[in-house]
Amino acid sequence: MTSYLVAMATFGAIYAVLALGLNVMWGMAGMVNLGIVGFYGFGAYITALLTVKAGAPIALGFAGAIVGTAVMAALVALGVTRLRDDYLAIVTLGFAEAARVVAENEIWLTRGTDGISGIPQPLKSTLGADFNAAYLIFCLLVLGIVLFVLERTRTSPFGRVLRAIREDAQVAAFAGKNVLAFKVKAFAIGGALAGLAGALYAHYSSYIVPEIYVPLLTIYIFLALTSGGLGNNFGAVVGAIVVVFFLESTRFLIAVIPWLSAEQLAALREFLIGLGLLLVLYFRPGGLMPEPRRRFLTKIAANK
Amino acid sequence: MLEKTLQLALNGLMAGAVLAVPAIGLTMVYAVLRFVNFSVAAHMAVGAFAGYMLNAWLGVPAWMAIFGAFAGAAAAGIASDHVGLRPLRGQSALTLAIASIAVNIMIESAIRFFFGGSPRDYAIQLRRDWVIGAFKIGPQQVENVIIALVAMAMLFVFLMMTTTGKAMRAVADNPVLADSKGINPDAIARLAVGIGMGLAGVGGMLVGLDTSIDPLVGFRAILSVFAAAVVGGLGSIPGAVVGGLAIGLAEELSLLALPATYKSVIGFLAIALILTLRPQGLLGSRVT
Repeated sequence: MTSYLVAMATFGAIYAVLALGLNVMWGMAGMVNLGIVGFYGFGAYITALLTVKAGAPIALGFAGAIVGTAVMAALVALGVTRLRDDYLAIVTLGFAEAARVVAENEIWLTRGTDGISGIPQPLKSTLGADFNAAYLIFCLLVLGIVLFVLERTRTSPFGRVLRAIREDAQVAAFAGKNVLAFKVKAFAIGGALAGLAGALYAHYSSYIVPEIYVPLLTIYIFLALTSGGLGNNFGAVVGAIVVVFFLESTRFLIAVIPWLSAEQLAALREFLIGLGLLLVLYFRPGGLMPEPRRRFLTKIAANK
Repeated sequence: MLEKTLQLALNGLMAGAVLAVPAIGLTMVYAVLRFVNFSVAAHMAVGAFAGYMLNAWLGVPAWMAIFGAFAGAAAAGIASDHVGLRPLRGQSALTLAIASIAVNIMIESAIRFFFGGSPRDYAIQLRRDWVIGAFKIGPQQVENVIIALVAMAMLFVFLMMTTTGKAMRAVADNPVLADSKGINPDAIARLAVGIGMGLAGVGGMLVGLDTSIDPLVGFRAILSVFAAAVVGGLGSIPGAVVGGLAIGLAEELSLLALPATYKSVIGFLAIALILTLRPQGLLGSRVT
């Protein structure tokens, strides 16, 4: 049971990093990304290739995943910043799909659907049975650092400009801000975090396949961020915990309704994820922890 | 080489005609409701399975079961829109698009719940390809193209010749003006969703007749469908037809240079290309 909880907490931390990445892109800069899983998978593949095929140390794998995914995200952003929200959603969705197809087909590089196994787990031989617990602590540490830095970013001038662009890009441009540069930077930071999350996953599971690009993960992260609170870093973390808890608790449905097949249970679970997302949009569009607003703005709103 | 190219072009045009049907559905819903409805994918699957029940279980011939595919997907479309998306009308286009993704997942997993995830085949005979000169043509593809053309012709007649069709075009063109003329926007929206998702269902069944069906039959095609609608110009029905043919052609001709597994990336590349060069699409007029 403990090992189960440790595994769940690890996934919660990885999802939280992903949700934080999406929050930078969408919550702070207002650029929706339906292909967040594409960047996540990209990061996982970079570190897997670096550490397994090139024999690089794990730290270099992580660095490569973060930098490589950031560059990829910046390139994507350069192409899409001028697009409307709904086109952005379609293009990013397509990006993730293209990334999956490449991972599946460039067998010389990625070993195709066989996947890449033997991705080194840090200090596995010294830690032995304690690896999982230690890796959880590592993930939590990473999450803590990311959260701290992003909170600082949010309240910094950079974060304020991002929010200004999100609310009205024309006004921000009129105030002399280089909108394109800020959007590309936000996308790169979000992409770097998604790549980091991918690397965390790769070195945890030690084995990745093109299935890592499953679009459903993007939906999980969307549910995490919207239920937690779009624009709120702490909300993203809370949302990730809620989603993992929700996903896992549905596993125990089998005890309640034992006549369902495994496939039906999986279908039921996906159904509930969709329903959850819809209900959040209906009843708590701001999420559990809505984005913090300046106090005087709330006052103005209250007096209206 | 020339023969191979022409053969691929022929295949591409036939695939494109089929692709145009769900693309019209997507573009119609967009034209009236002004958001990209991702649940087109799930409604393709609904149509495919509605047709499957008629065809494989009740023995209805495939071309007749198509009507069932339309009716099933249209009913599901109106119901899912009424329950799932209507409460969010007036919110941003992005919120509605995300909600439609949620609806899409719910419908697809409901189908998977009842039918399982493994592929199923329609009760149709496998027929040998017709050989005409140097070219090969599959009878089923020809039948599918005819069905697609008939569906498009019926839609054309409806939109151009009936009062309701004109009302729908009026709402798409200028909702405020249409409203002031006494056209009920809710009724038109419901009708547009019904016809649009019904066409998606027809498209889903046509795709299934060519291959096999499972709950993700629409989801796998969705990038191509989006590409057809976006390349043609979101909101433009003639655009969706042109876009469908263009994407069908591009996907087949890509086989000259790329392995078949990369076909699904063509749609993405086409979207990226058209949005860079001509964001309103080939036949679209509005950029907003």
